[in-house]
Amino acid sequence: MEKEFTYPEPASLEADRLGEKMILNIGPSHPATHGVLRMKLELDGDLITRADPIVGQLHRGQEKMAENLTYNQFIPFTDRLDYLAPLCNNIAFVQCVEKIAGIGVTERCKAVRVICCELSRIASHLVGIAAYGMDAGSWTVFMYCFTQREKLCTLFEQLTGARMTTSYARVGGLARDIPEGWLGNVNSFANQFLPALDEIDALITRNKIFIDRTAGIGVVSPEQAMQWGLTGANLRGSGVASDLRKDVPYLGYENYEFDVPIGVNGDCYDRWLVRIEEMRQSIRIVRQAIEKMPDGPVNVADPRISLPKKEKVLRDMEDLINNFVLVTQGPDIPAGDAYFEAENPKGALGFYIVSKGGGVPYRVKIRAPSFVSLSAMQEILPGHHMSDMAVILGSFDFVLGECDR
Amino acid sequence: MEKEKILSEMPFLSECKSSDGILSFDCPPRDLCRAAQILRDRFECQSLNDISALDMGSGMKSGRFAAVYHFFSHTKKKYVRLAAVCESAEAPKLPSLCSVFKGADWLEREAFDMMGIEFENHPRLARILMWDSYPWHPLRKDFPLEGREAPLPPSFEGNEEAAKIVPAPEEGGPFHSPSCGVAFVSKKEPRSRGGDCGKDIEP
Repeated sequence: MEKEFTYPEPASLEADRLGEKMILNIGPSHPATHGVLRMKLELDGDLITRADPIVGQLHRGQEKMAENLTYNQFIPFTDRLDYLAPLCNNIAFVQCVEKIAGIGVTERCKAVRVICCELSRIASHLVGIAAYGMDAGSWTVFMYCFTQREKLCTLFEQLTGARMTTSYARVGGLARDIPEGWLGNVNSFANQFLPALDEIDALITRNKIFIDRTAGIGVVSPEQAMQWGLTGANLRGSGVASDLRKDVPYLGYENYEFDVPIGVNGDCYDRWLVRIEEMRQSIRIVRQAIEKMPDGPVNVADPRISLPKKEKVLRDMEDLINNFVLVTQGPDIPAGDAYFEAENPKGALGFYIVSKGGGVPYRVKIRAPSFVSLSAMQEILPGHHMSDMAVILGSFDFVLGECDR
Repeated sequence: MEKEKILSEMPFLSECKSSDGILSFDCPPRDLCRAAQILRDRFECQSLNDISALDMGSGMKSGRFAAVYHFFSHTKKKYVRLAAVCESAEAPKLPSLCSVFKGADWLEREAFDMMGIEFENHPRLARILMWDSYPWHPLRKDFPLEGREAPLPPSFEGNEEAAKIVPAPEEGGPFHSPSCGVAFVSKKEPRSRGGDCGKDIEP
């Protein structure tokens, strides 16, 4: 077949006959790489001619471990994928399992999950723009963002008992119902967050230095973005109105009113604007979810899927047996396969799970949005100045825990 | 109906059942590139979102390895799944989709690294998550959960002590090798589930 395009060559000095180029190695431990990413750049003076991201330093073999754990045992591992939005990962994984088994979760569970997803999205975007602002030379916005994220972590702690490693979702429901008064706390967070976000916005969005450093830098055309498989805010920054919450609704997102912000130029500045606006939309969704929070149980009533109540386990033989079987063998998932992508803060986090029946998956493939975003760097970075690298990497907001799995 | 249209356009595909409502087809490996191109140009599947490599178990003589491709149409908001089964179990091979979707580059490198499927005409098929001199393909079903001894990456030359693993004190705990005797005895791996794990394999 005819080749329609060529891939950039990996960085090397072999073709440099004049001897004017140099190889610069950045990372794996460097503040601009947001984790353990190694960048191998070929430079001509200050200009990047080739870029070669080298990943894998954080590889832990999560997919292999998943094949040897029951479905619920794997949930803590999903915390460590995108560790800035663990709740989203927990929920994406159990949604995929529920898709194979055809489990429909309760309305209350859906609403709680929506609140969790949207609060995590805000927390993740806050870290994303904080680090991005710092890459572009603004320290102040970092402090403002982390103050707000701290409040979110406190909310997560009240809900799940942990600030970062939440492990909150379960197949067929949640680990526990929301604590008393928690929705009120979320509401008061939302009330004080919007003015704080306006402040962050005012600090930096019209800042001349920031605009000079980001506008027109790292431009990704819509075709290019789709070809590379970019998703989430990075794809929307390029002007493609694609949001899985609207396109392939899950968790009842079709019942919420929210807008999908998109960029125009596809540069670093647009990706910033999209993330800022997405946080406002998330607050909108959270408020609607609080307003119509239904009553009722959070777990499905099927004893082969959800744990029975503790009081019943202590009293009834049958519930004790169910409890024992579910904990030791895992929930009974029928044979089949399912692919599910959730709209996570970093992009579409996909799980492809193959089940041969029983409580342990046969194969779990994790489609990590950060991995895909980083693969596009070999085309996006060349042609930019060395100093733009930090800004471009920051604008794509990836996390290496997810990229390397 | 989308399904009939795809089948009439590409008669070499055969429909297969899916339990999650995504349109799924089996594709012979030699037609994979053509199928991807037609999906992209005529059925508006602009993105290749995922490539999952599968190992259906070492008992299978042919058709042990397969790759499952998920395409997404941003305009029709629909997924399409193609499954391609490698003919040989010893040297699994598939054509590369890098000439159709740029995003296939790293996804195929990952499948090669983890499962050992070779993608023909890939511009640069190299390992991505493991280091280049690593001899195994860890996601194959005959690769034991607790890992296998492998030579250290070249960067550790002269500093081998830095990479030595000291066994955890609690014998028999999750994911660790025994503190004495032969390392990597899978009988001592309490969490290993499923049949093939721990069988001796040759590089």
